[in-house]
Amino acid sequence: MSNNISGKYCIIGTGATSWGKHPGRSTESLNIEAIRKAISDANIDKGDIDAVLCKMPTTSPGLGYSLAIAQRLGLTPKVTGVLDQEGATMVGLVEYAIMCMELGQCEVAVISYADYPRTGPNKLAPAPSEVTPFGWLGAPSSYAMIARRHMSEFGTTHEQLGAIAVAFRKHGAMNPNAQLQKAITLDDYLARPWIAEPLRADDCCVVSDGGGAIIVTSTERARSMGVEKPVKVLGLGQGHPSWDVSYRETLTTSGAAVAGRQAFGMAGLTTADIDVAQLYDCFSIVPLITFEDYGFCAKGEGGAFCEGGRIEVGGELPTNTSGGLLSETGSPGIQLIIEAVSQLRGNGGERQVANAKTALVSNQGGIMQTHATMILSTEGPF
Amino acid sequence: MTGAANDFVRERIDGLPPEHKPFWEACARQELTAQRCDDCGRFRYPPAAQCPNCLSENSTWQRLSGQGQVYSWSVIHHEFTPAYPPPYNVAIIELDEGIRMPSNIIGCDNADIRAGMPVEVSFDEVSDGTFLPRFRPA
Repeated sequence: MSNNISGKYCIIGTGATSWGKHPGRSTESLNIEAIRKAISDANIDKGDIDAVLCKMPTTSPGLGYSLAIAQRLGLTPKVTGVLDQEGATMVGLVEYAIMCMELGQCEVAVISYADYPRTGPNKLAPAPSEVTPFGWLGAPSSYAMIARRHMSEFGTTHEQLGAIAVAFRKHGAMNPNAQLQKAITLDDYLARPWIAEPLRADDCCVVSDGGGAIIVTSTERARSMGVEKPVKVLGLGQGHPSWDVSYRETLTTSGAAVAGRQAFGMAGLTTADIDVAQLYDCFSIVPLITFEDYGFCAKGEGGAFCEGGRIEVGGELPTNTSGGLLSETGSPGIQLIIEAVSQLRGNGGERQVANAKTALVSNQGGIMQTHATMILSTEGPF
Repeated sequence: MTGAANDFVRERIDGLPPEHKPFWEACARQELTAQRCDDCGRFRYPPAAQCPNCLSENSTWQRLSGQGQVYSWSVIHHEFTPAYPPPYNVAIIELDEGIRMPSNIIGCDNADIRAGMPVEVSFDEVSDGTFLPRFRPA
């Protein structure tokens, strides 16, 4: 059943604000700016949009967020709402949009996210937790538990984590829209202070104000609208370990194992078919584990896989070509979809991967508690 | 710990959901406890009204051996709160009863902590009547 719709839907437009500081802006205004750019990029009329889907801003959660966005867009959508899968939400919203299109409820969906964690007021109150009396605070401490366990089980090294930071910072330096455009060497990385061992400052994502948006429709509708290069959604998957970091069965396998099998199965593809990857990298350990769970290498070999330039532009599997969360923006996932689309359209500029036809995108969130996978291509059925 | 640190720990414990209360009351008696399901026999942590294995409402708080090993850990170098000046460690302890708990490792250099290291519980009085269950090398 799911194979029937591989390629039936596509992304026809993307847009984003600049990433960094936007003092004085509302999250709504950042969303609208990104959506306006996505509409312009898709070359459609605003009135074509009949679905408005959002992820709530992390810093200011509240009810009815997508309704406020619809109002500011001057639209009365047939379909609207928000979804909370933490950092897996943007791909989750693509899934929801496609399901609604399959149900005949809408035809053209805008999916957006914006937030201002750098300069805006942070109204997010962390839930009480039994870990905090021990001084266990902050996401880096929790991801450090995962990284340390991976090192203990498989011998993963500091240098291997560093290879990931070096690669993505190199890509960020090739991206004029990246928040961090400064390449680093492995020696630079190793000299940086610890945040939470074994994570150093360069293992942790940047904190960014800004927003992004994409427009999803059917490949048939895209053709009728004269879209030159629709980027087809070939595969989708999700899998969520869910439990808090202390209690889940394993810390070294993520939801990518389940989500990846679904997405590659739906697409009828294997890892060998992937030309470029955009993997959620809130911390360096995450893409390392994601490579293993998608099957690019065996469990425990993710560290070695990331060494030797393999994941850099010019390497075997260029990954996070816009710099990822470590360099481009810490926004939770929309930028990874936008960069995948950009690469497949051949708009990657200095960082363009030659003949990139098929891209892999991961979104993940919480403390490696959620995961969603999307395979995009300019090739394929429909 | 300083007075502010005591307040930090006390406030974090007091802010926990009501299911946690018996755990911290037992800590004040320097006893490490967890709920055990009366129906399926599984221990569970963190505290919860229902057993996540069989969803039974019936459970009994039982004293644990206090023996376990380090599952993972991190030495924190960022000051998140004045109550915990860096560097300090946080750890996940896997107890002999098969459940895991967050804690700190004491009685050992941070550099000497290893996964699989045998540890036993040791109660630290951080303020009057407030005890944190920490773990030291066994």
